[in-house]
Amino acid sequence: MKRVYVNEEWCLGCHLCEYNCAFANSGLNDMAFALKDKKIYPRIHIEDGDKICFAVSCRHCADPICVKSCIAGAISKVDGVVKIDRGKCVGCLTCVLVCPYGALAPGENGTMQKCELCLENACGAPACVTGCPNKAIVYEERGEEK
Amino acid sequence: MKSYVIIGNGTAAVGCIEGIRCVDKGGEITVISKEKHPVYSRPLISYYLEGKTDCERMKYRGDSFYKDNKCKVLYGAVADMIDKDDKSVRLNSGNKLSYDALCVAAGSEPFVPPFEGLNTVDSKFSFMTLDDALSLEDTLKSESRVLIVGAGLIGLKCAEGIHSRVKSITVCDLADRVLSSILDADCAYAVQKHLEKNGIKFMLSDTAVGFNKNMAYMKSGKNVEFDILVLAVGVRANTSLVKNAGGSVKRGIIVNERMETDIKDVFAAGDCAEGFDLSIGANRVLAILPNAYTGGYTAGVNMAGGKEVFNNAIPMNSIGFFGYHIMTAGSYDGEMIEEKDSASVKRFFIKDNNLIGFILLGGTDRAGIYTSLIREKTPLDTIDFELTKKAASNLIFNKEIRRKKFGGVV
Repeated sequence: MKRVYVNEEWCLGCHLCEYNCAFANSGLNDMAFALKDKKIYPRIHIEDGDKICFAVSCRHCADPICVKSCIAGAISKVDGVVKIDRGKCVGCLTCVLVCPYGALAPGENGTMQKCELCLENACGAPACVTGCPNKAIVYEERGEEK
Repeated sequence: MKSYVIIGNGTAAVGCIEGIRCVDKGGEITVISKEKHPVYSRPLISYYLEGKTDCERMKYRGDSFYKDNKCKVLYGAVADMIDKDDKSVRLNSGNKLSYDALCVAAGSEPFVPPFEGLNTVDSKFSFMTLDDALSLEDTLKSESRVLIVGAGLIGLKCAEGIHSRVKSITVCDLADRVLSSILDADCAYAVQKHLEKNGIKFMLSDTAVGFNKNMAYMKSGKNVEFDILVLAVGVRANTSLVKNAGGSVKRGIIVNERMETDIKDVFAAGDCAEGFDLSIGANRVLAILPNAYTGGYTAGVNMAGGKEVFNNAIPMNSIGFFGYHIMTAGSYDGEMIEEKDSASVKRFFIKDNNLIGFILLGGTDRAGIYTSLIREKTPLDTIDFELTKKAASNLIFNKEIRRKKFGGVV
């Protein structure tokens, strides 16, 4: 299955992926209208170090602990993609407590959101990848599932 | 074709069903469900009363779950006895169910101490099940004065759930602090202050010893008038079925890493079971949902002939009150390091070069990175722990670990 990977040597730390992600999931078609002067809630985030930076989003684990831990049964794995039903989520943050990658965070309304590979929104493929100016973020197969 | 029987229809039962079906698509699965509801998310009952969810959205699995997994569910049925020689379960209806593998996922029951005069109280509730929440809801009135006995997770979530629907809430507990099972004294005090700001009153180091209709008589000699009483003193694991069949039980049903009891082909999982707790290196009841699911799943895989172990359970809780989030994990039996700012407190507990536990109040972003350090027993001298104390981050890992975590399928 194709997943999002980050080649940290190429990541500039420009945070564009965060904006492209927030825009892709806004459901709007004007980026300025969607994001300007607003706090954004992207599903990918940049980890900024002194010497290194890289983007982190859901790993779509083979055995996702968030799915097993969600107290609302709101997270499921469908065809390899870990998805969240935000209508069922009550914002208890148990998934944040268990995700070893720090890949989930609450959205504006307090329910959780996570990378679903842009498969359901208008992009159809990860917007963070398409918009990465240095091609540090890639969408590809790297090894098969167990 | 194998026959599987599951006693219980909660989270551990779902884990068990999904575990069985990973290995065996065809075997017959029968679920004995005391409650007359399809599986729902138990911890959401307080969110239901708060209006943050509803019965439809509380369904833990979709409507076709049992059908898709070819399960027969006996609603309203109660298991009376396990006959280990005959490999069968006797139901209260007199019927008998034979099994090749059995999972006891019978959960726990509220523990109600023998209060004097409790029978004179009209409106009294436990707060464990959806039916408890629905009947409590029926009695809530804007002028109700509510007394909750027990300042643990159940009592306080109940308080939050109903606070906007009643006149007043008083919570009493014999312990000297709130959430005494998961918080140390300082953190408990901070949470208590936050709850008080939101209108919850506390009587700590004090508890009801007797009742007469609408009056509670406290240990301190005080009297508290109330309209609705919620008893959230504690819970007890349902161990009797296994105990009566000759299996080992302590506080819970003793299981190994495969979730097997010491009775052949009988497994146990969820709040009734006592499995291995990595954080103390011994068996303990860890009555939290993630462990119920994972224990049930592990049991299911093994029942169907697969190989699965559950050997990294730790206590952990993520719980919020009025927008203030609390996360805890592991044990606190180590050197404490505190990081504090105006909005948050982080307490880390360290022993033998390992993070063994933490308490986070307020700031909880990416806390799973801390949890993974506990579960994976990551030696702290191999990471930049100084960096992560203020904010959990993946920058603490060296290049090799980052490559493993982010460079391939995990």
